[in-house]
Amino acid sequence: MGDHSHGSPNDPGTVAKAGQGSVESFQDPGLPPHRPRLADVDPRAAKRAERQVTLLFVVSILGTALFFVAYFVVGRTSTFSGIRLQNTLLGLGTAFAMMGIGVGIVHWAKTLMPDHEITEMRHEIRPEAERQEAEAMIGDILDETGIKRRPLIRNSLIAAVALAPIPAIFMFRDLDRTGATANEIVDRLRYTMWDKDTKLVRDPSGTPIKASDVQIGSAFHVIPEGLDDTEDPLNEKAKAVVLLMRLDPREMEISPERETWHHDGIVAYSKICTHVGCPVALYEQQTHHLLCPCHQSTFDLTQECKVIFGPAGHALPQLPITVDSEGYLVAQSDFHEPVGPSYWERG
Amino acid sequence: MSSTTEYRPKTSTGKIANFVDTRVGGSAMVKEFGRKIFPDHWSFMFGEVALYTFVILLISGTFLTFFFDPSMAHTVYEGSYNPLKGVHMSVAMASTMDISFDVRGGLFMRQVHHWSALLFVAAVSVHMLRVFFTGAFRKPRELNWVVGGTLLILAMAAGFTGYSLPDDLLSGNGLRIIDGVIKALPVVGTFISAFLFGGEFPGTAIIGRLYMMHIMLVPALILLMIGIHLFMVVVHKHTQYRGPGRTNDNVVGFPVGPVYAAKAGGFFFIVFGIVALISGFFQINPIWNYGPYDPSPVSAGTQPDWYIGWVDGALRLMPGYLGNFSLEWIIPFPWGGNNLILNVLIPMIPAAILIGAMFAWPWIERWVTKDDREHHLLDRPRNAPFRTGVGVAGVIWYCVMWCAASSDLIATHFHVSLNDVTYWLRVLFFLGPILGFIVARRIALALQRKDREIVLHGREAGVIQMSPEGGFSEQHAELDVYKRYKLVAFESHEVMPAEADSTGHVSRGEKARGAVSKFFFEDRVAPVTPSELEAAHGHHAPAIEESSEDASIDR
Amino acid sequence: MKALSQRRRHPLAAVALLLMGLLITGGLYAAAGSVNEAKAATTYSASDVDEGNKLFVANCATCHGMNAEGTTDGPSLVGVGAAAVDFQVGTGRMPMQMQGPQAQAKPKQFGDEETQKLAAYVASLGAGPAVPDDEAVDTTEGNSAAGGTVFRVNCAMCHNAGAAGGALTRGKFAPGISDVSSKHIYEAMATGPQNMPVFNDSNITPEEKRDVITFLQEIDAQGSAGGASLGSLGPVSEGLLIWTGGLAIVIAFTIWLTSRPS
Repeated sequence: MGDHSHGSPNDPGTVAKAGQGSVESFQDPGLPPHRPRLADVDPRAAKRAERQVTLLFVVSILGTALFFVAYFVVGRTSTFSGIRLQNTLLGLGTAFAMMGIGVGIVHWAKTLMPDHEITEMRHEIRPEAERQEAEAMIGDILDETGIKRRPLIRNSLIAAVALAPIPAIFMFRDLDRTGATANEIVDRLRYTMWDKDTKLVRDPSGTPIKASDVQIGSAFHVIPEGLDDTEDPLNEKAKAVVLLMRLDPREMEISPERETWHHDGIVAYSKICTHVGCPVALYEQQTHHLLCPCHQSTFDLTQECKVIFGPAGHALPQLPITVDSEGYLVAQSDFHEPVGPSYWERG
Repeated sequence: MSSTTEYRPKTSTGKIANFVDTRVGGSAMVKEFGRKIFPDHWSFMFGEVALYTFVILLISGTFLTFFFDPSMAHTVYEGSYNPLKGVHMSVAMASTMDISFDVRGGLFMRQVHHWSALLFVAAVSVHMLRVFFTGAFRKPRELNWVVGGTLLILAMAAGFTGYSLPDDLLSGNGLRIIDGVIKALPVVGTFISAFLFGGEFPGTAIIGRLYMMHIMLVPALILLMIGIHLFMVVVHKHTQYRGPGRTNDNVVGFPVGPVYAAKAGGFFFIVFGIVALISGFFQINPIWNYGPYDPSPVSAGTQPDWYIGWVDGALRLMPGYLGNFSLEWIIPFPWGGNNLILNVLIPMIPAAILIGAMFAWPWIERWVTKDDREHHLLDRPRNAPFRTGVGVAGVIWYCVMWCAASSDLIATHFHVSLNDVTYWLRVLFFLGPILGFIVARRIALALQRKDREIVLHGREAGVIQMSPEGGFSEQHAELDVYKRYKLVAFESHEVMPAEADSTGHVSRGEKARGAVSKFFFEDRVAPVTPSELEAAHGHHAPAIEESSEDASIDR
Repeated sequence: MKALSQRRRHPLAAVALLLMGLLITGGLYAAAGSVNEAKAATTYSASDVDEGNKLFVANCATCHGMNAEGTTDGPSLVGVGAAAVDFQVGTGRMPMQMQGPQAQAKPKQFGDEETQKLAAYVASLGAGPAVPDDEAVDTTEGNSAAGGTVFRVNCAMCHNAGAAGGALTRGKFAPGISDVSSKHIYEAMATGPQNMPVFNDSNITPEEKRDVITFLQEIDAQGSAGGASLGSLGPVSEGLLIWTGGLAIVIAFTIWLTSRPS
């Protein structure tokens, strides 16, 4: 507790207030004189206001009636226009029912209830006398517990109380319902269900794609074959979705280690943005740019999906593909790097 | 305790009232609150709007819980909406579809809930802006300002958890962004994501967990905070604008009973009516357009609700590369690389700065001005140019990020390049707040000078006079004492240079304070003093007397 | 539960349609020689081709070359098919007013007959997608739910889930498609105008294309259930409404509420 000993009973000395007491300022002229309203001086105006308030309450009653009309007369509607009509009428009915009451009451208060402004004094939030009393009281309480005299009790209590909540934090360890270990949690971000010879199939129909189906300028939205048979199809899909495009191989700059990853200009890239994970699905077939609609990261397909604009921090991972004996497109392997947004352990 | 004459109520209402009174002490409460005075000003009503929209949220939300099923189990939609018939979706989405199309009035209730949520956060924000720009956060109300700031964050949390519940494509992609941002957190990100989603994204747990937070945890915290907030309002009593008869020691206004209770009570119905009107005429969050969540599709124009927009906008503005250097920095630790994902983390800094500065501002202002007095009188924003400047700078910073969240819509609707919009907003992100501060402070100072002018030379009477020499001039009418008092009764902070402490040493902190004080208060306009007015009258005495006569005739 | 659409179908109709679609898809794969077989819906006469050639030389050759072989200002039109001509000329995108980020729809410059002749000429240059016949865009046969699913995966990222359009890079954009004719939507999918990818028949089958068109027509016809759609732009226009209209009404009421009556 701080030192407040300089306060005296008449002058608490602890709280300063922003005053207007300066000599070089204008005198407060006090409240302006009350100006009577029409309804205060003219009984007819008061009567009129009374009728207006009543009318507003009647409007509210009609509004409630309109609500019931919308609910029962329009009824269980099965057409789109019916639902729209019902919604509008329910809104109008509720609006009238509520506004009627609200505007009525406020109008009543404004015109017929007294409008004299009243002045009330503020109280000191913490009178000094009360503070002293409270301080003394707390002192007594602490004294009676003896906590200052018996440090052993105090210290052991602090230790116990500090430790007791920790189990509550550990209780949350199994929030991850898969029961994965820390290493597994990190590892599963690294792999997708793509594997050697997994067929590329169309999303969502699941039909396989022949290399000859993919003409220059087209974009296929692709999932791995067998996705729906997995335990958590959405979890797998969230990592495995791929965008398949074809462009003239001469337009692409291909690094030596990726020479064999495309099939005659058909390339497959992860559709999950490396920024925060939206599907990068907007393919411009003339500029060969891929755009993410969420934060506008732009990737250049001709430069192995390098980031050319926006907030993404690394290129989209490429899925190495080839064709099987029947001419269907298949993966050569999984992605060579984790897909989707980056994370601490990505490396 | 035995009383000499026991009170016996006569009417049945009286009997019930007496029964309650003798058990809970209602009389004392009536005595305390029945005639409590509240000042009346339109700008004081936004807190009420927030409170009332929250009540509407509780009412409509309760209705919705009776029909909503927060399960992520797989189902096939068989409801009334034809273009989704037979489509696979989660139970959460299907039950939201049923609320919209197969529960009578369900669509209306959904729209009431969502529109009032948007209005709720907007009202909280406007209320806080009002409190900030009028200086209502000053001693003794700093803690209530902090409670209010907490309420704003809770309101955003309530909004976001609710936005995600229908498990539609739009909100699902929103969750995916949240997942991406969480994963970017150093060290713990991967695990927090796994814990939140119950495994991998999207998993089957998140909707149920968000539902619990949305209908229990967050509203309970909001209610608690509202309770503390209102309790403190009662303790402090309401602030009031400066004016004749209004001092730092009194409250001038209307008593709770009957006027204020009637107005405030009536206003609840008005706010409800406004929300109902909007909900009847404007569609909100048509999840049937978006379809069920699936990790593969996404819709153009994927945006969060407005109150999350500024954070999303910050994410959009941040470039991922500076030149050829990726901001996704791999720290070369001895055990291998760890990624510091600065392109996602840096955009969180403006948000942290804005929220941190908001919470800290009462203390910052107190530190700079060394003003430790209680303030119950509000400043007009023009009379605190430094604060107005800082506030406008913050608002502009927020708005730049906010605009960035709709950069794609700005591009399509104003026929400009998406990339150019981003480039311009990146520039504005740095320049906007600075220009905003300078311009707002200049405008405030100019308005103060205008006020001085009016006090010293009277208001323009609108009467043009031709002098015998042929010159034209406008007559000025002197202000009445009440109007004049409104314009002269304010405090104007002066520069407080750094002071030496008792040992004669000027600490570094004190030097910084002195510099900030100089920056804030170097340019100031002092209120007119009586002697100044007298001097002004002396110079123009004949003209003013003439014109004041005219003015009184006009009236 | 009643269907929202007034057209009631036998419950097995969808299944039958799906089966049919699968069979046809299978058939296509079996046949799959060329992915873009020109379905000769209309046969063009030699005189059409001739007159088309004249129109082409007069109006298009500046950019596309005398023999439509392409120049630096315009791509080659050999093999783009009649559908591409019908789309580009029929929506007014071609001839372009000026070079820009992308050709935009505007009042069309050629009548249907002239467009057909131009199409005949371009179709004669090499095999490409043909103008779809009425059956291909007959939405009474389509399934809007299946079409919606295809639309969300393949189209919504650019054109918006509510078909309101969206932004692309550097001034380009995907237009809103609520008021585009079925034929033009079909042709756009088949030919991939400007930066739009090509969705050939092996990617989105003709039946799926018809479903997409059915879906678009249905959501366009039904309008918005909850009142004004605010442009189907999602949370941005909703937020804008509450900050302008919503707060304006609220402020108007607060001012009335705290003002003194006369």
